[in-house]
Amino acid sequence: MKHFFTILSHEVRMLLVSPSTYIAAVAFLSLMGFFFTSILEDYSKAPQDMSPAAVFFLYYWFPVMFTVPLLTMKCLAEERRLGTIETLLTTPVTTTEVVLGKYAAAYLLYIIFWGSTAGFFYILKRFAGDAHLIDPGPILGGYLFISVSGLFFVAIGVFASSLSRNQAVAGMLCVVMLAAFIFGGLYLANASWLDREALTSIKEAVAYADIFQHYEDFTRGIVDTRELLFYVSGTVIALIFSILSVEAKLLHS
Amino acid sequence: MPALPPQPAIEVTNLVKSYAGVIAVNGISFTVPKGEIIGFLGPNGAGKSTTMRILTGYLPATSGSVSICGFPVATDPDAVKKRIGYMPENNPLPDEMRVSEYLYFRGRLKEIRRGKLGSRIDEVLELCDLKRVRHKIIGKLSKGFRQRVGIAESVLAEPPVIIMDEPTIGLDPHQILIVRDLIASLRGRMTVLISSHILPEIEMTCDRVLIINQGRIVAQGTPAELRREVLGQSAYEIEAAGPLGSLPFLLGTIDPGLSVASEGPLDELGFRTIKLKTINADEVGEAILRACLSEGMRVRALSRAHPTLEDVFLAATRRSWDAVSPGPKANGHS
Repeated sequence: MKHFFTILSHEVRMLLVSPSTYIAAVAFLSLMGFFFTSILEDYSKAPQDMSPAAVFFLYYWFPVMFTVPLLTMKCLAEERRLGTIETLLTTPVTTTEVVLGKYAAAYLLYIIFWGSTAGFFYILKRFAGDAHLIDPGPILGGYLFISVSGLFFVAIGVFASSLSRNQAVAGMLCVVMLAAFIFGGLYLANASWLDREALTSIKEAVAYADIFQHYEDFTRGIVDTRELLFYVSGTVIALIFSILSVEAKLLHS
Repeated sequence: MPALPPQPAIEVTNLVKSYAGVIAVNGISFTVPKGEIIGFLGPNGAGKSTTMRILTGYLPATSGSVSICGFPVATDPDAVKKRIGYMPENNPLPDEMRVSEYLYFRGRLKEIRRGKLGSRIDEVLELCDLKRVRHKIIGKLSKGFRQRVGIAESVLAEPPVIIMDEPTIGLDPHQILIVRDLIASLRGRMTVLISSHILPEIEMTCDRVLIINQGRIVAQGTPAELRREVLGQSAYEIEAAGPLGSLPFLLGTIDPGLSVASEGPLDELGFRTIKLKTINADEVGEAILRACLSEGMRVRALSRAHPTLEDVFLAATRRSWDAVSPGPKANGHS
């Protein structure tokens, strides 16, 4: 892991000079700002049961669907398209270090994106002066959910990028895989054909993988180790597959 | 000069690489002693790049063994990667970085200590004449500069072995000259393996040449040895008129190894261009001239032909095609 930090700092730098990062950042912040103001408008009209933070984080899937692909689609696809992976892997660097370095850089940027939304809550607190709107529980829970689920989502993006040398294809694959994970669980949890008795074990497994359910638990302050394990193991598997995919493509290049 | 240790810098034994049933490299063996500049020649698809990639540990070999400075590539790739500088075909570079940033990043990856790196970067920038563009973005550099950035990067960590795949492709003659001098300046300090199909350049820089075709070595040696081996000792060209019919007999009296290789057509003045070849190295030009004149021939010109590496290359590859056909022709992997 000697070169992990070299690659990480290089990748962060490359992400910071890349226009797609800024496009993602602007789109992300304006969209989240729009959600936030419309949530506050609803609250000013009528009292609601949920805290505004809980509603705000409910829309997590929307920015995830475009920020994660924009941050990750380039990382391995571009290296292979330009052929720079060849110069990279002929230095004393392992594939694992390369993949982990790129993953960590993308995750860092993802967290910085979400971290900047903390400004919204600060502005609300500063100007609304209404303490009941700022409930620290759901805010902390929401950010914890974002950072834990982000581990997995970004790993999916890195894996998608390792599959193709075309950035656009990698981006599309990433969106499709994210949608499958985020909405697949929701769809299957509500699917009635899974209610049969023979399929109860599958039903349980699906319920375990339902990301919206995890979101609810986190914003209520329930941090379940099984859910943490779901994201961590998903991340590890996606990263192992990315490493294998990069190495397999070398063998058949 | 200090005594060189006996261990060769590059040792390749029976290297075979096949891609999905197509054999790109077929039983290549060679050794390169330390400090030598070796040229790797071959037509497109001969297996040059594949061999180089295997040497760097980037691709695994199907069978055979490769070792760099005594470290086997297959079992100790890390030790090998610390000892090579590699510039791949087409010299891929990240377009968004500045030259000095790129070299810094590569230097860190190649485990040069942070304290030494700055001065080492200055050295290679100087060596490759890149000082003027050190703060420029690589994507905006011209081809010649990009190529030199690639070379600077490969010599950055002062590796004992440098492998460059077509370092002068796409350069103008002036830039080729600069790159050639640069490579020549590494002679003795580093072992350099370069591939190219620009033959005069190989001839001028390299101590030894390996010609491969269809995954096999078809000839190897110094350019002079190759000429002798592939084309015979030396050749003469004579333009003469008169009783040319007695020429073969006449040649036999001068030197039994001398014979007529080809005869050209008669021109308007009655002269014919005749190519002669000999298997001995001795200078026989004067004897030929004297014999021809004494037989009453009129001689307009006599010259000793200097075959270029190009002739050697063409002859050697043609010979190998004759030898291995029928077989699959060029297979698309270079």
